[in-house]
Amino acid sequence: MMLTASSGHKGLPSMPAVSRTPVLSVRNVGVEFPTRHGLLTATEGVSFDIAPGEILGMVGESGAGKSLTGMSVIGLLEPPGRLSAGEIWLESERIDTLSLRERQRVRGRKIGAIFQDPLTSLHPLFTVGKQLCETIRYHLGLDKKAARARALELLNQVGIPGAEQRIDHYPHQFSGGMRQRVVIALALAAGPSLIIADEPTTALDVSVQAQITALLKQLCRENGTAILLVTHDMGVIAETADRVAVMYAGRVVEIGPALDVIQRPRHPYTQGLMNSIPSLKIRAEALNQIDGSMPRLDSMPQGCAFHPRCSFAGPRCAKQRPPLAAVGENMSAACWLHQGGVNGDA
Amino acid sequence: MATPENAEIMVVADKVTCLFDVSAPLLNRLIERQPRRTLRAVDGVSFEVKRGTTVSLVGESGCGKSTMARLLVGLHRPTSGEIRFPGEGGRPRVQMIFQDPYASLNPRWRVRDIIAEPIRTLNLRSGEDATRDRVDELLVLVGLSPRDGEKYPHEFSGGQRQRISIARALATEAEFLVCDEPTSALDVSVQAQILNLMRKLQQELGLTYVFISHNLSVVRHMSDRVAVMYLGRIVEEGEANAIFANPQHPYTKLLIDTIPNLEDPNRDRKPLGGEVPSPINPPPGCAFNPRCGLATDRCWKERPELMRQSDGQNVACFVADTRIPFEETVLVSEEV
Ligand SMILES: Nc1ncnc2c1ncn2[C@@H]1O[C@H](COP(=O)(O)OP(=O)(O)OP(=O)(O)O)[C@@H](O)[C@H]1O
Ligand SMILES: Nc1ncnc2c1ncn2[C@@H]1O[C@H](COP(=O)(O)OP(=O)(O)O)[C@@H](O)[C@H]1O
Ligand code: SF4
Ligand code: SF4
Ligand SMILES: [Mg+2]
Ligand SMILES: [Mg+2]
Repeated sequence: MMLTASSGHKGLPSMPAVSRTPVLSVRNVGVEFPTRHGLLTATEGVSFDIAPGEILGMVGESGAGKSLTGMSVIGLLEPPGRLSAGEIWLESERIDTLSLRERQRVRGRKIGAIFQDPLTSLHPLFTVGKQLCETIRYHLGLDKKAARARALELLNQVGIPGAEQRIDHYPHQFSGGMRQRVVIALALAAGPSLIIADEPTTALDVSVQAQITALLKQLCRENGTAILLVTHDMGVIAETADRVAVMYAGRVVEIGPALDVIQRPRHPYTQGLMNSIPSLKIRAEALNQIDGSMPRLDSMPQGCAFHPRCSFAGPRCAKQRPPLAAVGENMSAACWLHQGGVNGDA
Repeated sequence: MATPENAEIMVVADKVTCLFDVSAPLLNRLIERQPRRTLRAVDGVSFEVKRGTTVSLVGESGCGKSTMARLLVGLHRPTSGEIRFPGEGGRPRVQMIFQDPYASLNPRWRVRDIIAEPIRTLNLRSGEDATRDRVDELLVLVGLSPRDGEKYPHEFSGGQRQRISIARALATEAEFLVCDEPTSALDVSVQAQILNLMRKLQQELGLTYVFISHNLSVVRHMSDRVAVMYLGRIVEEGEANAIFANPQHPYTKLLIDTIPNLEDPNRDRKPLGGEVPSPINPPPGCAFNPRCGLATDRCWKERPELMRQSDGQNVACFVADTRIPFEETVLVSEEV
């Protein structure tokens, strides 16, 4: 199954991103929507790397820009949405400037996509075997027989029992969890070096969720695949991601090793988010809540977008926007508290 | 009849069963010679909810939680067994809160009219001024402002819409709310706001909740008691603290073991295999046996009943220490 250029460090725990050339490098990317009332900036200045065999988790509330970031990488931004700035590099090739046809090649061959609803990725009228074989033949140029053999291998790899019979079944004949496995098999078909998984387990039961995340981790370890895992479930992040990026109002506000971000977050928004999760150990009288809600795109406050809700905010926060900057060794946060204080001048 | 003993009890589910006919259309059945098929969505479920408390139903998808919820509010009739409201005055006002607040709010009505509708229909206030005051009061109660009443549902975020549907439920003067995954579509930070609101309203108004969620830490936070369902049956029921600290049934243990602990996550988790079997063809004996590490021969032949343990928890499993049949101890019988 050595299909990816980057495979070759089987079973190794993932290493810090700096030590190897990243599979994916997102540099200062923004997404905008031209509307009748002017240009809406949906995301801005988004930067991160993912190393081979690394899982980068991405969290943040609904509307924060997680899916748009994933879609920009896959090259599936829905018009009129478009990139406003930045560069996207995949294995040393710049992909955001490619032609439509070239992007399509990259999409299936080098980037696999998994979405929340498995049915959006599967055609209801074709058997899963047919869909897998088409993809394999298109991207790898195998003949019919070899493609079917590879399809079977993939279905076995993602843990579908009785793959020999089930390969000729239609998507509706599978349970939700099994369908998501088929989608993962489809995403893996061409041996991609990067997988974008947008809420892949949100629609599934906890027990099935655990099975799917274990599968993603295993693929990542065995094939050296890099994974961008978008989810709002901190539990999934804690058990799956190596690093995590927290998005708020279209920007990455904190990024660092998963356990550090979860257990010792530096950004006040991440702190609030972590504190609002009910604990299994103690039954608190009330949960910590962040009052208010995330600003809408057309009414972004000046300065730090979190300042209207932040209990640490100072005069500087309402005027200047804090950049994402290193806090300690592996972490970065976009907050004045860690960059000279909230009282500094504008 | 109500006695001091049971006056405290809001609702009793007594051996409630709900079957659905899932047969193929008649013609297909005749051609393909298929028999009629029934699905046991809820199968002999008994529990009770004390006034002013919260009982949660948990379990994997398809285990019958929503069907039980619909039975409690009267949207389904039990095939057998019954739902009783033993309190004085008979059936209380019952309302349901759904996962998707948007789907349950009329998009063409102003929020003010959405909330006022039950007040008008049930004649709870006389005159438009009184109705208006009541709507303002409800909006403030759920953390919105009277001005929000003039807007339409689409102008609100998911969390705010859930506040609106809670306000509408309270407009009926409901004492008993059945909440089916009320925060599952919301972000964790918004979820915290709604859960805090629900707890506050419960304390202030003495509301009774049946709460359904697949998120066990949310259930832990909200519940006084928890009933764990598997394939239409309750396999464990007890005080929430006890269930989480000391789960007895192998399935409850499995569920609790799968929740990641953020303070000390298990990054090498071996997922427990198996999926929920079909409720159309449940396995014989204990329905959990195909996934159970403790199953013995007996588990394939006999079905364990819910039994009261010495520590007060109710468990349906042969391996757990069984004492007294559940129905004889907890349920309030009609004749008392
Ligand atoms: N077609 C569009 N036109 C205008 N704005 C859009 C469009 N698509 C997305 N947006 C906006 O861009 C922002 C980010 O959207 P995105 O879908 O990436 O959020 P998300 O973090 O994935 O949220 P969710 O968790 O709800 O999917 C949101 O404010 C959204 O309303
Ligand atoms: N109206 C119906 N007709 C047929 N089957 C139904 C109906 N409503 C629910 N079911 C079935 O009953 C079982 C329990 O459903 P439900 O209570 O909705 O589960 P959940 O725990 O996910 O809420 C499922 O197998 C479901 O498919
Ligand atoms: S920059 Fe200021 S407002 Fe923003 S998170 Fe930091 S302290 Fe809060
Ligand atoms: S009765 Fe048997 S199969 Fe069922 S949970 Fe107990 S040990 Fe497992
Ligand atoms: Mg999204
Ligand atoms: Mg349901």
